[in-house]
Amino acid sequence: MSPELIIAIIVTVVGASTPILIAALGELVVERSGVLNLGVEGMMLVGAITAFLVVFLTGNHYLAILLAAAAGVAASMIFGFLTLSLSANQTATGLALTIFGTGLSALAGQGYSARPVTLLGPLFPAELALHPIWRVLFGYSALVYFSFALVFAVWWFLKKSRAGLILRAVGENDLSAHSIGYSVIGVRYAAVAFGGAMAGIAGACFPLLLTPQWAERMTAGRGWIAVALVVFASWRPFRLLAGAYLFGLVMTMELYAKAGGGPLSAIPAELWAAMPYIATVVVLVLISIRRDASNNAPACLGKPFLPSN
Amino acid sequence: MTLNRRTMLKAGAAAAAAIPLFGSKAFAQEEPLKVGFVLIGTVNDNGWNFGHSEGAKYMKAELGDAVAEPTIVENVPEGPDCERVLRELAQSGHKLIFATSFGYGDYVIKVAQQFPDVRFEHATGYQRSENVGTYNARFYEGRAVCGTVAGHLSQTGKAGYIGSFPIPEVVMGVNAFVLAARKVNPDFTITPVYISTWNDPAREADAARAMIDQGIDIVAQHTDGPAALQVVEERGAVGGFGQGADMSAFAPNAQLTSIIDNWGPHYVLAAQAVIDGTWESKDVWPGLKEGEVEIGPYGPKVPEDVIAAAEAVKNGQIDGSMHIFTGPINDHTGTERVAAGVTLTDAELLSMDWYVEGVIPPA
Repeated sequence: MSPELIIAIIVTVVGASTPILIAALGELVVERSGVLNLGVEGMMLVGAITAFLVVFLTGNHYLAILLAAAAGVAASMIFGFLTLSLSANQTATGLALTIFGTGLSALAGQGYSARPVTLLGPLFPAELALHPIWRVLFGYSALVYFSFALVFAVWWFLKKSRAGLILRAVGENDLSAHSIGYSVIGVRYAAVAFGGAMAGIAGACFPLLLTPQWAERMTAGRGWIAVALVVFASWRPFRLLAGAYLFGLVMTMELYAKAGGGPLSAIPAELWAAMPYIATVVVLVLISIRRDASNNAPACLGKPFLPSN
Repeated sequence: MTLNRRTMLKAGAAAAAAIPLFGSKAFAQEEPLKVGFVLIGTVNDNGWNFGHSEGAKYMKAELGDAVAEPTIVENVPEGPDCERVLRELAQSGHKLIFATSFGYGDYVIKVAQQFPDVRFEHATGYQRSENVGTYNARFYEGRAVCGTVAGHLSQTGKAGYIGSFPIPEVVMGVNAFVLAARKVNPDFTITPVYISTWNDPAREADAARAMIDQGIDIVAQHTDGPAALQVVEERGAVGGFGQGADMSAFAPNAQLTSIIDNWGPHYVLAAQAVIDGTWESKDVWPGLKEGEVEIGPYGPKVPEDVIAAAEAVKNGQIDGSMHIFTGPINDHTGTERVAAGVTLTDAELLSMDWYVEGVIPPA
């Protein structure tokens, strides 16, 4: 493999991994607060159509990202109201949110499928961004650098900040947090809103970073991969970074191997397709072998908060 | 009853299975023929499903009050859900049902046995029965035209072909493309890349990136959207081809030409036959000659002499003087599969499971 090809592969892997990483980081924070939101795929689609429409109508990519985040928050608040204020079942409500987001985005996108838009350009000046070697570091749009910053931010927030400690306390033992005066519902609303914003931005990656168009269901299941990755990463941001890039790498290498005809193309397509799931099983087995208490899911994950009971 | 997470997951899955609801606009009286269309994706895909919905509109426009407003059911997966949708259409008075994806085949046969008075037509299929017919379009004729253009314009002599699954329909297209290209450039090769889905634009785009990064300069695709063409345009590779519809809006420079699906004429004939009581199960396979397959406008990168060569291939297939699957044809290992002067039969084409010389076969 030539260095040029390796760089090209890295650039493609980064593109494929970024939306999964952003969406999964949002979901990680949500789950750490004790809420399971399975509506990631739906919120991503809402973000994708919003970003597409804003770029199509205004040409402003950054406004598109901002409004995609806002649309994700709006969608997540439906979930938040039902599950937090009305204590509806989180699993069912999350699935409903995915179905709703799929339908709503398709409705909003009616008639826009034959309209191309433009990708968000690189953040750095062209001398760096288009340099044959340095583009591997500087050739990406702001969304990619945002995703890396987000890993550190989420890690710092959960591990080092007081607010993060409260959020984890709410996720681990809601009644105790409640008894010492923290607003469990308030914290969870904030976490759900954050997850919605990140899912919206992850959705915006599709028309702005990957393929500048609108197509119904264009996220094609990556929201579900994000949900699975949170478990894969045992609720830790840096493991999540590794997991998202592992998935992105496998998905991308499959295509490069098939297109390039090199030694890797001898691996059957079915095995490539199965690899992320084999990796998931292996990681889950490794986690359970270690039996490290901190690897466990947040104790209150998926349970409604009912202090009166 | 307490609901735990697992039971709710099941309930959610059941709700998800019920998504493709139809907006039936049928009239109260029984006079007009009710025609149903089952689509694997959305009519807004600007490709395969769009083509079928345009065909349905054309049928309604041509036949007027003789047919009801067509019922189009979108996003029906190639699985048991398809059986349910087919049955519901049959039960709700549709007397002619078009199932427009290859993987519906087994379900069409199964449901058709239970509704002997309903006519079914399965696109790109091969299984027929008393009330199940099959229809297809000779897309390979269009691919031979595209392959001719590719053979002339490619600088590296390497093309990629993004496909969904290695079914005969797709294999046939790959083969026709490279056979035509090798008539121009005997060293031309094509690499099929199967992505196991009809609609995942980001994956189609990544497949195109993987090809262009490794020296492929022509990207053809058999998937339903314009994502790959956009990458070809962005990267400045030689070109690609619109699939199902003219996609020049997405790639004004990179689209060399396009294959346009035109199902309307067949839908008119089939509906009219049911109305007249003359419908019978058969396999119809029209192509360029009948206007079922059309070649779109040529892009700005295609010079006059290449257009002339492409048009010659197109016209040769229309007047019957040329068939792309006429021997001698070797398979990808170099063994002769079709002797000189022999043309593959339609049955052999519809069950094609081997690659011709010039295809770099997937593992």
